[in-house]
Amino acid sequence: MDIKTTPTNFPGTIHEVPGGGIVLSKLDDVINWARSNSLWPLTFATSCCGIEMMSVAGAKYDFSRFGFEVARATPRQADVIIIAGTIVNKMAPVLKRLYDQMADPKYVVAMGACAISGGPFFYNTYSVVKGADHVIPVDVYIPGCPPRPEALLHALMALQEKIKSGHTREQIREQKPL
Amino acid sequence: MTNEELKLKIEELLPGAAFEEGTEWLTLNMDAEGFKPFAQQLRNNEALNFDYLFCLTAVDWKTHFSVVYHLTSTAIRHTLVVKVKADKNDPAIETVCDIWRTAEFHEREAYDLMGISFTGHPDLRRLFLEDDHVGFPLRKDYEDPINMIKL
Repeated sequence: MDIKTTPTNFPGTIHEVPGGGIVLSKLDDVINWARSNSLWPLTFATSCCGIEMMSVAGAKYDFSRFGFEVARATPRQADVIIIAGTIVNKMAPVLKRLYDQMADPKYVVAMGACAISGGPFFYNTYSVVKGADHVIPVDVYIPGCPPRPEALLHALMALQEKIKSGHTREQIREQKPL
Repeated sequence: MTNEELKLKIEELLPGAAFEEGTEWLTLNMDAEGFKPFAQQLRNNEALNFDYLFCLTAVDWKTHFSVVYHLTSTAIRHTLVVKVKADKNDPAIETVCDIWRTAEFHEREAYDLMGISFTGHPDLRRLFLEDDHVGFPLRKDYEDPINMIKL
């Protein structure tokens, strides 16, 4: 293989030597790079945002371009859960259980107004959880009702950047670099 | 059967029946007392043959509750609406799930959200809400100060 330059998205440098090359990088960076490019989402949708999520999986928007194509029907094989829709009180323990069944490292995207805050329509009710982050920790929030497919793609890329940065949730919250 | 024919036929079964005016479907108001045998007749009478209960709902009128039964006949293709009055403090109506099986879930829903108790129902427990939910949220006087802002 003839590598002239290091790919821009690779965390590290490749030094050419006769007969090949030497990769210089941090193992953590390589692991995070690999993880961020193969995030398998859980097939999980509770309302209309799910339709939008399906369209992002379809040919027109196609999140497989970013490594999200292998939607898993079991939490045990999934890396990221996209909370696409309203979480009602009866669903909350199910969501918690799904999250608990996912293997570490696991990530959560709250898609749309319902997952962020209970939603524009169902906020003032007896049955709705007012934000999925009352149940499980959320990495990326996407506003919208429902968000555009581009917004979901943007959120997924933001999640990738977050993973590549190697920072914990707390470090990002306090804006403290490693 | 047209609404007029249906009206005459039902007056035979239930003399002095109170019909509503100006409705698309023939609409009948009645008390909970005597509803069950009347419903059984609607199902079994060959001229009526109401074999399909396509909707069962409950309404809170503040002074009382009413349970609304939408019945139709798949063979004769006529429709009847029966509104049964239930008490404000202790709304209880005999179940019809032995006549129309679909009422089993519909009655559970009406119990869950409106608190109508259907006597004789084989499995009357909450359908949508958690089993330990307190109160019946679709009642007009329902309040939930933790989750709901009073408008």
